[in-house]
Amino acid sequence: MSLLVNKVQNLLQSLGKGFLSNVEAFGRGSLFMWSLLLAIPSVFFRFDLLLKQIYVAGVLSLPIILMAGLFIGMVLSLQGYTILVKFSAEEAVGTMTALSLLREIGPVVGGLLFAGRAGSALTAEIGLMRSTEQISALEMMAVDPLKFVYAPRFLAMIIALPLLVLIFNALGVFGGYLVSVSWLGVDSGAFWSQMSSEVDWREDVVNGMIKSVAFGFLIAIVALFQGVNAIPTSEGVSNATTRTVVHASLGILGLDFVLTSVMFT
Amino acid sequence: MKKQTKVEIWVGAFVLMSLMALVYIAFQVSNFSGLKDKPTYEVSALFDNIGGLKKRASLKMSGVVIGRITAIEIDPVSFKARVHMQIDQAFNELPMDSSVSILTSGLLGDQYVGLDPGGDEEVLEQGSEIEMTQSAMVLEELIGQFLVKFSESD
Repeated sequence: MSLLVNKVQNLLQSLGKGFLSNVEAFGRGSLFMWSLLLAIPSVFFRFDLLLKQIYVAGVLSLPIILMAGLFIGMVLSLQGYTILVKFSAEEAVGTMTALSLLREIGPVVGGLLFAGRAGSALTAEIGLMRSTEQISALEMMAVDPLKFVYAPRFLAMIIALPLLVLIFNALGVFGGYLVSVSWLGVDSGAFWSQMSSEVDWREDVVNGMIKSVAFGFLIAIVALFQGVNAIPTSEGVSNATTRTVVHASLGILGLDFVLTSVMFT
Repeated sequence: MKKQTKVEIWVGAFVLMSLMALVYIAFQVSNFSGLKDKPTYEVSALFDNIGGLKKRASLKMSGVVIGRITAIEIDPVSFKARVHMQIDQAFNELPMDSSVSILTSGLLGDQYVGLDPGGDEEVLEQGSEIEMTQSAMVLEELIGQFLVKFSESD
C-alpha cells in the first residue's frame, strides 16, 4: 500500500517538476527576448558586426535557397499543370504557382531551410562560445555579449530571412515559367496576364513578407535561446542544435497556420 | 580590412539580388502597376441579387477590364445589394443610361460585372448611380422556374 502511495507521489512529483521547469524556461525565454530587443539599438553603432552576421546568415544560405526555390517552383507548376489541363484551364498554372509560393510555400519552406541552415549554425556557434568560455572572457573584459554577440546575430536573422524569401519566390515563379511555358507549352501571354491580374500586391505579396519577418524573428529567438542555455559539453551543444531545428520548424508551421487564418480569411 | 571589404561586397550583392526579386514580383507577378495607381472614379448600382459576386471582381465592357468592384453592401432603404465599382479614368465618357449585369466567365468561372454602354448624352461621373441592372443568374431559381413552367404545361 505504501509502495503505491510512493509511486503516486513520484509520478506527481515528476509531473510538477516538468511543469515548473517548462514555466521557468518560458519565463527565461521571455526575459531573454526582452533584453535582446532592448539591445537592438546598440547594433547600429557597430554596423560592421551586423554586416558580418548578414553575410553568415544570408549570403551563405543563398545556394540552398536558390536551388530549392527553382525546383519547388518547377514541381509546383508541373503538378498543377497535370490537374488543370483536365479542365483545359492550364493557363491558370501561373496563378496557382505564384499564389501558393507568395502566400505559403515561400515563407514556410524558406523558413524551414533557414532554420536548418542558419539557425542550427547559430546555436552551435553560441553553444561552443559558451563551452569554451569565450562569453565569460568577453564579460571579464566588460564587453556586453548581449550587445556585441547576440543582438547583431538576432537582427541579422530577422533581416536576412525576408530577403531570402523574396529571392526564393522570384526564382520559384521563374521555375514555374520555365516548366509550363518552355516545356509544357502554356501560352506565355496568358500565363503572365492571369498571374498579374489575380495576385494582389497588398494581400498576397506584403502578407507573405510579413509572414517571413515573423518566422525570422521566431528562428532567431529559438536559436539564440537554445545556444545560450545549452549545457556546455559536446553532447549538450549537439542536443541544443537539434532542439533548435525541431522547435523552430514546429513553431514555423504552427505560427503559419495562425497567420494564415488571420490574413487570408 | 580586406576580409571586411569582401563581406561588404557579398552583402551588397545579396541585398541587390533581393531588391531585383522584389521589383520582379511587384511588376511581373502582382498587380502593383495595375489599376490602383491610375486615377479612377467611383459609381454604384443596386442589384436584386448579386449571386456569388465578390469584392475585387472585375468590371468589363465588351470583355475588356475597365474597373474593379470595391465594396458590396446592403442598401438600408431598399434592402437591395449596393455594389460600388471603380472605373478607370480613361473611360470617363460612358453614357448615363449604360446598364450593368452580373455575368459568369465560362461555366464554372468567377463572376464579374459586365457593362453595356447606352446612348445618353450625359456621362457617368464620380458618385453617379447606374439605374439599369440585371441580377446574377441563380441556378436554383432557374430550376424552380423551369419546374413551375413544366408543371403548368402538364
